[in-house]
Amino acid sequence: MPLPREDVEATTPKFLRDKYAIVGVGETSYTRGSDKSTRALASIAVRNAMVDAGIKPSEIDGMLSYQFNDSVFSPFVAGDLGIRLNFYMDVFGGGSSTEALIGIAIGVIEAGMCKTVVIFRSMNGFSQVRIGGTGVRSAIPVSGDMMHSRAYGWQSAGQMFAPTFMRHMHDFGTTAEQVAHVRVAHSHHASNNPKAYYKKRITVEDVVSSRMICKPLHLLDCCVETDNANAIIVTTAERAKDLKHPLVRIRGVVGRCSKPRVDMHYQAGPISTVAGHYAKDILWPNAGVGPEDVDLTGSYDAFTFTTMLQLEDYGFCKKGDGGHYVSDGTIMLGGKRPNNTSGGHLCEGYTHGIAMVIENVRQLRHDADDSCPIGPDGRRQHTYDYCEGGCRQVKNAEVSANLGWAMPGTGSAMVMRRG
Amino acid sequence: MISAQYLGMPLEINDLDHENLNYFAYCAKHDFRLQRCASCKLLRYPPTTACPWCSELSSEWVSVEGRGTVHSYTEVHHAIQPAFKQYTPYLVLLVELDTQSGMPTREEGLRVIGNLVRPDGVLAPKAEVERVGIGTRVRMVFTDVAPGLALPQWTIDETAASGMPWRYRG
Repeated sequence: MPLPREDVEATTPKFLRDKYAIVGVGETSYTRGSDKSTRALASIAVRNAMVDAGIKPSEIDGMLSYQFNDSVFSPFVAGDLGIRLNFYMDVFGGGSSTEALIGIAIGVIEAGMCKTVVIFRSMNGFSQVRIGGTGVRSAIPVSGDMMHSRAYGWQSAGQMFAPTFMRHMHDFGTTAEQVAHVRVAHSHHASNNPKAYYKKRITVEDVVSSRMICKPLHLLDCCVETDNANAIIVTTAERAKDLKHPLVRIRGVVGRCSKPRVDMHYQAGPISTVAGHYAKDILWPNAGVGPEDVDLTGSYDAFTFTTMLQLEDYGFCKKGDGGHYVSDGTIMLGGKRPNNTSGGHLCEGYTHGIAMVIENVRQLRHDADDSCPIGPDGRRQHTYDYCEGGCRQVKNAEVSANLGWAMPGTGSAMVMRRG
Repeated sequence: MISAQYLGMPLEINDLDHENLNYFAYCAKHDFRLQRCASCKLLRYPPTTACPWCSELSSEWVSVEGRGTVHSYTEVHHAIQPAFKQYTPYLVLLVELDTQSGMPTREEGLRVIGNLVRPDGVLAPKAEVERVGIGTRVRMVFTDVAPGLALPQWTIDETAASGMPWRYRG
């Protein structure tokens, strides 16, 4: 772990850096057809996170969740699990909520409103409310601001983001083959993740020959839709030190940082630039590290392009070089800075970003749940052999960065470290 | 309240949504108007309650020439709305108007959404879709939906000197 840098001026008071930790993570399986309500899924995920942390329901007194009118609210999950709440809030939103809510959790604990917060996202994103916008979401009357979008058959996330992707190709010569490497890398990672919905390794040719959805997005440039719930427990590092896992500390967060004119962000260019361009100036000073200090990333992969655009705008490479960065081996397991080692939304399952944070927590514990054998101490004996079906633990992972995405105009981010 | 059906979708503008009622009522007269801020005089799109640059609440509707250049686009092959399927591939165009282009800063402009349509407002056929890309000059036409409601749309400006537009080849 590099020491805090003195050459940057943090905007977060420095005493908050490293003061909070993620102490428990849990999830359900990733399926298409959970045969469970979002209430049941959420309760299972929160319980799994409590078991992971080794804490009792009575030790949790705060709850946060996010949703699109497609999920259960906190009071029911708390009731199911015997958690008495001193604080709860269910917010509207999808991708880029996780890191923002972790920041809120730090804030409410710091304000003395509660002591330990669980954050969940529960969704039947395939079998109930289709995340891609088909089914019930496509039947809602078009009104208000949607008169300038859905009325034109401009509705799904892919359709809405595509002008950003297309303009990046135009401005910088980025190619479909370059960004297809994101899917290839994540498919390799997923092949070493027993939880992943899509475990098959694929090639660049598989991606660019898959059917066109909306240019420049082929089918395999788009993520999967699945049913699942995930949960994360946040508390102070002080409380965390008696718990069973190695500490994973929160270095800094950015929540729903936005481009100008976020109502219709295409009014303010360059439209090939995304919110990370603004968020980076909060993230790195808050975290006291820079991109070069990061061992692994969790750049949101709703689409292959979203991973590339964010890595570029957060400064992992020069502006315009994102296509090269994601295709030169850097983001693969075994490369310099692997991205989404779980397989991400493209392959593991679709969770609106929370599973990417969970994966990095496990990586920083040096306990990625791959197929490596479990030793006498109950921990996995990682081989660092990344062959198909093998290990997916990043060697000596100390610092991670999560780059959450809501849309080109809004993003959230977080840096975590081990120890 | 305006309530109409368009390509299988219910479109609704309620009585409290004065900005959109005005905007689409002018479109229904085939008169493209945007709000001009009473204070800083900048035009804005889409309709909003206040000025995005100076937060002034007062504005007036002024006619704006419906001509511009395709700034970016997507070509939809997999439609979400069932009634759009018969028109695939269709284009969603982000068109930068000539008016106020590069203002108030170099990277800003009035970027107006629309489909590529035939001059009569019906979604354009594949042969026309394949002629359009970033840089294509377009002019505005309207798709009439109901009394008080027409959608501003784009069609190829055949009178414009046309270079080769940039198109995604794949």
